[in-house]
Amino acid sequence: MNTLATRPAHDPRAMLETPFHPRIAAANGLQSWYNWKGYVSAERLDQIEFEYFAIRNATAVFDISPMTKYRIEGPDSEAFLNRLFTRDVRKIREGRVGYGVWCDDAGQVQDDGTLFHTGPDLWRLCSQERCLDWLHWSALGYDVRITDETASVAALAVQGPTSCSTLRAMGLSGIETLKPFELRSFPFHDGELMVSRTGFTGDLGYEIWTSTALALPLWDALFAAGEHFLIKPIGSAALNIARIEAGFIMAGADFVPAEQGVRHGRSRSPFELGLDWLVDFDKGQFTGRRALLAERASGSRYRFVKLDVEGNKPATNSFIFGAGQRKVVGTVTSAVWCPTAKSNVAMASLDMPYGRPGEELWAEIYYMRELKWTRVMARAKVMETPVFDPPRRRQTPAPRF
Amino acid sequence: MTDTHDVIIIGAGHNGLVCAATLAKAGRRVVVLERADRPGGAARTRTFAPGYSVSSGAHFLNQFPVSLIEELQLAKHGLRFAAKGLATVALQADGRHLRLDGAKAAATDLGAVDQQAFAEFHAEIASYAAVLAGAFGRRPPRLVDSDWRDRLGLLKLGWDIRTLGRDRMREVLRIGLMNIHDLASERFEDARLRSAVAFDAVLGTSMGPRAPNTVMSYLYRRTADAFGHAGPSIPVGGMGAFADALAAAATARGAEIRLQAGVASIVVHEGRATGVVLDSGEVLNASTVISNADPRTTLKGLVGYRELDAGFVRRVEGIRMRGMAAKLHLALDALPSIPGLDAANAGDRLVLCPSLEGLDEAMNPSKYRQFSAEPVIELCIPTLHDPSLAPPGKHVISAVVQYAPVDLEGGWTAAARAEFEARIMARLETVMPGIGSLVSSSELCVAPDIQSEFGIHGGHWHHGEISVDQLLMMRPVVLFSQYAMPIDGLWLCGAGAHPGGGVMGLAGRNCAQEIIRKRASA
Repeated sequence: MNTLATRPAHDPRAMLETPFHPRIAAANGLQSWYNWKGYVSAERLDQIEFEYFAIRNATAVFDISPMTKYRIEGPDSEAFLNRLFTRDVRKIREGRVGYGVWCDDAGQVQDDGTLFHTGPDLWRLCSQERCLDWLHWSALGYDVRITDETASVAALAVQGPTSCSTLRAMGLSGIETLKPFELRSFPFHDGELMVSRTGFTGDLGYEIWTSTALALPLWDALFAAGEHFLIKPIGSAALNIARIEAGFIMAGADFVPAEQGVRHGRSRSPFELGLDWLVDFDKGQFTGRRALLAERASGSRYRFVKLDVEGNKPATNSFIFGAGQRKVVGTVTSAVWCPTAKSNVAMASLDMPYGRPGEELWAEIYYMRELKWTRVMARAKVMETPVFDPPRRRQTPAPRF
Repeated sequence: MTDTHDVIIIGAGHNGLVCAATLAKAGRRVVVLERADRPGGAARTRTFAPGYSVSSGAHFLNQFPVSLIEELQLAKHGLRFAAKGLATVALQADGRHLRLDGAKAAATDLGAVDQQAFAEFHAEIASYAAVLAGAFGRRPPRLVDSDWRDRLGLLKLGWDIRTLGRDRMREVLRIGLMNIHDLASERFEDARLRSAVAFDAVLGTSMGPRAPNTVMSYLYRRTADAFGHAGPSIPVGGMGAFADALAAAATARGAEIRLQAGVASIVVHEGRATGVVLDSGEVLNASTVISNADPRTTLKGLVGYRELDAGFVRRVEGIRMRGMAAKLHLALDALPSIPGLDAANAGDRLVLCPSLEGLDEAMNPSKYRQFSAEPVIELCIPTLHDPSLAPPGKHVISAVVQYAPVDLEGGWTAAARAEFEARIMARLETVMPGIGSLVSSSELCVAPDIQSEFGIHGGHWHHGEISVDQLLMMRPVVLFSQYAMPIDGLWLCGAGAHPGGGVMGLAGRNCAQEIIRKRASA
């Protein structure tokens, strides 16, 4: 049984509200909203700089309740997920979280997501896209039950250097011992909170999962505890800066989910997204294995790179040129000026063989000042590591700030 | 473990045997593994009552190319025909039967206009079917990642359609996706003629006469003309004797046929088929494993969905193969009388289908998992041609009956079977009065029985419905129509592959040629 949220037929509003909506609406000074998979979500509540620096210098709270969440259970759940994912999910022990992608038969990435091993034969899959149909087709031949629990689970991302201190102050004792990609449950009111040390910022941070009934008590407790740690609700715009700075890709922005692509050749394989480490050919069959083996043998079409672009103008939607500035070799998928790393980062999909580590390319950047458009060619150097990767992201026990 | 073969073929159906003979001739060491104690698959002769035998699956040889019969030298290997090129008689309760013999339609009161229209229709359909038959003799072209052979095949198909001439090309494109009800009504005035044509279009399918695709299935049936048949033939000894000749041909060319050696599973290692496990637990290895079983049985039952990509599994699950045809075998103490029918024509292919509307009404209940109240029937009395099937003076009727859905609501209980058989007998009584009293023994085989006797999923003769979305480059599923399955070394050679079902043998031959070609180019 799917517990999808629905509205009464007489309600003219076309959008759903998350369980945290009353608090976010009250805090949303700019009233800047956007549509996240049918939910009213904050794009920004305040100046974007304030929100961004809450992520990097204090504690930022982002409502991730609209994220697609599936509950997967049954004796074959692990075998089923191993056939779905390109990585070996057997290595994700109970109480751990894993990041991964899944592909169609042609080895093209459908989506990426995080997989929470929450109990014996019990998992939660969080994805960007809705994919219940694909999960059901993949489940043919497996004893497994799949439930869409998007509407019945409330979730907050609590990210930033003081996030651990905030959660300790809220009473989650021992939270500092939680390792990256680990999850643990804490009693809360008459229910519980599931806390995972995960996030989309590349910083010290947590995600908190609970029932919708406990959503507002959670929000209130969190903000009361975090007051001294400069806690601040944020929208998606600030989060987007942080995720590019940390080098994380996003479905729909950096690649076209394979099931949504109409035009031949627009989708990407894991290799073409720089996710080679997520493909395990030794674990047995998974959807796309045959195609990916063939790709490994014959070579990929594209390479996904992080670029360090000279200057301070984001290379948004730029064409990337080869060394001679004559040939277009790819396009930028995400770009932003990174305030903490003080660098101008772009992520780009390039034709092979361009984009070798250290290679110097050119980004064609258009920008406008008072209705005057200017074009600059900026040097763009292929980077091997993200520009933002602080030790606190991985330290256990988590440092106190 | 034995490793003495290059090729394992699962199932000694007619396609499996043709495939075996072709590969053995090319020098491959072939073993054919058959679960039953006789070769032939659904081409089989079986004793159904003491002293009475019948072709228990297919009862006519109609589409197996005459050129292939010659190529395999089946006459040398024992194939004899009891009857060839049978005409079809559409039986009428009032005795005004319609006889269709090639292009000639005859009935006492059939108008000259309809006689002329049928002759033209027959020739016209034959020209379209010839185009289809041409494509059936080749592997279907791939549309994605095609090579020169695919492009040539596509070009040939286009050229064959173009050379029909402008008017016929337009006409075939117009009627290709139509339904047989509309086409027959458009061409003929006579109700008997309309229903006789429509019956042939829906026989062996789950469609009614108003379903799109039924003109295509009619064209499909009529490829028989292009394969050298003027009408259905009956081998001496039934279809099992035909299978024996095929098996002898394959054996003579060096193939080994092991009977009572059912395959439990196909062994897949790292995405490659390496052999099979028999019911007995014995393991056989070979670098090439070919399945004559239907796609669902092969991929779900023998390989297992877990070894395959999810998108492919989804397509295999989508193959429509809902068995709708039953077989009724009757042992008769004497030849039934058929008022109005010339005794010389009693051995023809007899069809009992009252009208287009009656055919539609016979199909309707099947949509709701019920059987026809007034079933439609194709039958023959093979003992008129081959007395060896019954004791002296006695006879056998073999009938194909529709519509009897495999997934009958409440299941095929003894009561349901008795009820359905009674309804068939009631229909037969309308044209063969008193037949009930001649029956000494009877056997009704519904789709679940066909499924268990021949191992065909859904009991569907054709290993999947014959319709535009399941033919040519879409058979068995899109992107995998060239016999190779998405497991290295695993091939499909049965009716579920191009060009499809009926006792045609081309799937087996095309598959073998593809394997030979692939090795030659590797």
